[in-house]
Amino acid sequence: MSQQLTGAQIMCEALIREGVDVMFGIPGGAIMPFYFAMWEYRDRLRHVLCRHEQGAGHAAEGYARATGRLGVCIGTSGPGVTNLVTPIADAMMDSTPLLAICGQVGSHVLGKDAFQETDITGITMPITKHNYLVKDPNDLAYVFKEAIYIATTGRPGPVLIDITKDAMQKSAIPNWDVKLNLPGYKPTYQPNRKQIREAIKLLASAKKPLIIAGNGVIMAGAHEELRHFAERLRLPVITTLHGIGAFPEEHPLSLGMPGMHGWVHCNRAIQECDVLFNIGGRFDDRVTGKASTFAPNAKVIHADIDPSEIGKNVKVTVPIVGDARLTLQALLEELPSREELADLHANASDWMEYIRDLQDRHQGKQQYINRASTLNMSLPPHDVYASLNQTLAERGNYIVVTDVGQHQMWAAQLLDWNAGPRTHITSGGAATMGFSVPAALGAAVAHPDKTIWVVCGDGGFQMTNQEMATIVQEGIKNIKIAVINNGYLGMVRQWQELFENKRYSGTPLSGPDFAKLAEAYHWKGITVEHASEVQAAIDEAHATDGPVLIDFRVEREVNVFPMVPQNSSIGDMITEESGA
Amino acid sequence: MKQHTIVALVQDRPGVLSRVAGLVRRRGYNIASLAVGHSEQPGISRMTIVVESDYVEQVVKQLYRLIEVIKVSDVTDDPTVEREMVVLKLHVPPSARHEIVSMCGVFEAKIVDVGTSTMIVEMTGAPAKVENFIEVVRPHGIKEMMRTGRIAMVRGARGHNAEQYVETGNGMSVPTLN
Repeated sequence: MSQQLTGAQIMCEALIREGVDVMFGIPGGAIMPFYFAMWEYRDRLRHVLCRHEQGAGHAAEGYARATGRLGVCIGTSGPGVTNLVTPIADAMMDSTPLLAICGQVGSHVLGKDAFQETDITGITMPITKHNYLVKDPNDLAYVFKEAIYIATTGRPGPVLIDITKDAMQKSAIPNWDVKLNLPGYKPTYQPNRKQIREAIKLLASAKKPLIIAGNGVIMAGAHEELRHFAERLRLPVITTLHGIGAFPEEHPLSLGMPGMHGWVHCNRAIQECDVLFNIGGRFDDRVTGKASTFAPNAKVIHADIDPSEIGKNVKVTVPIVGDARLTLQALLEELPSREELADLHANASDWMEYIRDLQDRHQGKQQYINRASTLNMSLPPHDVYASLNQTLAERGNYIVVTDVGQHQMWAAQLLDWNAGPRTHITSGGAATMGFSVPAALGAAVAHPDKTIWVVCGDGGFQMTNQEMATIVQEGIKNIKIAVINNGYLGMVRQWQELFENKRYSGTPLSGPDFAKLAEAYHWKGITVEHASEVQAAIDEAHATDGPVLIDFRVEREVNVFPMVPQNSSIGDMITEESGA
Repeated sequence: MKQHTIVALVQDRPGVLSRVAGLVRRRGYNIASLAVGHSEQPGISRMTIVVESDYVEQVVKQLYRLIEVIKVSDVTDDPTVEREMVVLKLHVPPSARHEIVSMCGVFEAKIVDVGTSTMIVEMTGAPAKVENFIEVVRPHGIKEMMRTGRIAMVRGARGHNAEQYVETGNGMSVPTLN
């Protein structure tokens, strides 16, 4: 029998019922009743006090992406919640299950420009999967149930609940048993069998088949099924930036990353393939380049849980709406016999040989690292990745969180991603600089047993490094930060070099001594200026029982290659030989 | 630019109108008219949105992403009954009364208020007929005009044409194979 509770208590109970056990936030006037109630529940609801709401939002995202569970962030009315806008938009673009709990001014002053009042439901309408304004404590139990259901099902995304202060203070008897009333929201999980058979027919007839695997594979936990499917049909697999981890790169069928900074052989394979099967990717423009020139010879099979993604950027021959795991299971169930696949296997084998030849001719990853190392630089960025790569492979049990920019692309290119899903966390769609440090905090809270490596640039690092204090206050020891410090907003500088005649407008960037900054935050700080010191610094970071920052002062003007200029065909790539 | 008539069935909740309008705005399309009211089912409203655009397929699909949107159809090329109401306050000196009254008779418009120098007339009909009526009375001087926006209903037993779509089991649909 339910008893009378305050709105704020109902919120805590609702969160606990939905399996939430940690939240990231900052209190303030309008959200204070929630913090008052939270105290009673502190043994079941851990609150991580962040230093900025943007940090809280990204931390919740990092937690969600490291686990697949809901991430929860909290902000007070006005500036508190407007600071959450960036992580909410980021979660929307990268389909991250996120719940933003916002305090709002009292309902009696709503709409009167009250102190710290902002129309956050209005602001976030286009960047949330759904949002709510709650003015009555009687609505809270239902709204929390519905909001969390929406955030975590179908194509996951951010949901915001704005609650007036009086709704948290007043009491109500929560009704936990109200059935969800969502006639317009019934995500399709099971794919249509007819479409599945069409897809198989098309793939079986292919001479140059190709799989692109995206974030959907990871979110559906479909990596095993993807491997079985690719192996059974012997199809080469490309993994997008968010598909990293969906397919081990050491697998003989793995090709690597496509797109703007993808490998030449991946992009050529896309341009030449005759059947392209995209599972759980959304044909982002950083993957397709100029969409009208993308995969000109291919019939496209596109499987996505969100029907609005199908046909949005690329013309599709076989659309499949469904969960990636159930789709791959259905495809495996409909597979023809080995004899019937003999032609495909023979063709795929010739095709693979052709792609591997392309790869050899256009420089594999190792060669890129070696090339840079041979140049006359005291610390080429590639050397950092080479050492980190080797150490991570040896030690295992890690997650790499990257920020946005050159260092992010190098990480995607130069590290060998073999540790499975959810070991690579980055901001892809929104490309939010400042994502990595707070996201690593969330990942570290979720996985205290793993080493969380942040790889970030000196630009993004300076946007949110205040969360280093949160990491210390929470007693988190398993975060190591590698700042790829080149004194520029490097990716913009690269574009300026290549396309704007080296007009370095607004890109040279200074910073404090990051190692000293780390020491000031009670971290260990290490500065590395020479390639010969890299390995020792990484080893010291691992050996240290506490958070460590390494300031890698790398060569300043190094470019990420290969590269496809914006709005060009992915067939037209600038490589290191042609571009530098 | 072509006008598209989109009919949407939505849950009657606060903000739903704003969400639908915002989604169309996001793609930079102009809403020519938008009419909304209760449907035959309690808690469910029906909207008719007239959008000026050459390409609305993506808007229709994106509308499905809104949690409160239950069903969306582009009925532009379907056989429909379309209606709109206009209320006009006309400048009518006594000398012009006779002509206005007879024009209202031709268009089956109703005179709902008569003042010393004004009249308010209401007229309902297919959008083209409404346009026609407005143009005919315009020379007399329109002081105020209000239009309800278009409402549209597909003729026959079926709500909308579904042949070229595959149902995905949730009322959503995706284009079939060529």
